[in-house]
Amino acid sequence: MTPKRKRRLLLVLSLVAGLGVAAALGLTAFRENLLYFYEPSAVVAGDVGPGTRFRIGGLVEQGSVERDNEALTVTFRLADCAASVPVSYRGILPDLFREGQGIVAYGTLDGAGLFVADEVLAKHDENYMPPEVADALAQDNGETCMPANMTQS
Amino acid sequence: MYRWFHQLGSPPYFYRLARRLEPRLAIAALLLIAWGVYGGLVKAPPDYQQGEAFRIIYVHVPSAWLSLFVYTAMAVAGAVALVWRMKLAEVFVTAAAPLGAAFTFLALVTGSIWGKPMWGTWWVWDARLTSELILLFLYLGVIALNAAIEDRRSAARACALLALVGVINVPIVHYSVEWWNTLHQGPTITRFDRPAMAPEMLWPLLWCALGFNFLFFWLQLPRMRYELLQREARSRWVARELGSE
Repeated sequence: MTPKRKRRLLLVLSLVAGLGVAAALGLTAFRENLLYFYEPSAVVAGDVGPGTRFRIGGLVEQGSVERDNEALTVTFRLADCAASVPVSYRGILPDLFREGQGIVAYGTLDGAGLFVADEVLAKHDENYMPPEVADALAQDNGETCMPANMTQS
Repeated sequence: MYRWFHQLGSPPYFYRLARRLEPRLAIAALLLIAWGVYGGLVKAPPDYQQGEAFRIIYVHVPSAWLSLFVYTAMAVAGAVALVWRMKLAEVFVTAAAPLGAAFTFLALVTGSIWGKPMWGTWWVWDARLTSELILLFLYLGVIALNAAIEDRRSAARACALLALVGVINVPIVHYSVEWWNTLHQGPTITRFDRPAMAPEMLWPLLWCALGFNFLFFWLQLPRMRYELLQREARSRWVARELGSE
């Protein structure tokens, strides 16, 4: 390789390496802001105070969904493996909403620890299978914890 | 190997090789995509939770993979163009950008169409969706930069530099679902343990993805050839090639 090309190669490599370091530092600094949602245990631990708008993501606890007969209000508990938070929501729920489903709700925490949501989105997991397989799996283990990709922080 | 690399770098040699390869790439791409689409839309069972709507992944996932693959290839070609001043690498960068942008756009649109019934929203600003949108803007930036500079060689070099700078976004797109909590689900196939997908659904997806790869090269080679013809319009090999037709 000619010295000129060697110098250019070095320049290109150091450019990419420098950018990589800069991006890594930037992303680490903004880590919190890039979180799309908080987990219930983080909310229970007091990571976010009442009055701030944020998203909370977890599984809808089995048997916790209560629908108001008069209005569109629904209350349920969102849980990860460690804690759960009560949520109330008024509006139309996505098709995938059901007990045991991963959900992301957007709203505020009131003084009493109830999360008042004005938006509820269903989080789909990364598993794809035919219905028969899903039935067989459900008989094996009734999973109630959050899937691994939701519990990571 | 080294000799082959040098030969490939010569425009007339590449021109003839590309013309021979194109019909074969076309056949491979069409067969694979047809087979994958048939397997995915007709033979694969519906999903236990999403029903029939999951079938959009047979377009969404291959386009999303290609959007990352094309950008990475552009960055590698860009590095080669900057260091070795290889004409063919320069041409690769500028010719690939519109194709990459198309794949990115397709991934964003199909994802959005799927997101509305499944998530309950067309768009959210989570890390995966946002970084993929930035990827689209990077592609558009390369296209605009290429169009803004008159001289073909300096335009290509500027594009190569932009491609190289933007490549930092590729691992961010890929790992965003693991590094941060996102609404977008985690990786199904590119993970170390078993893919979290039933094999009768997975195989058509892999055929489609491979078919999309062939599709890219099928579209890319003629784009590179035309660019070479334009750049070298006054050289003898162009006259010979065009005269012989």
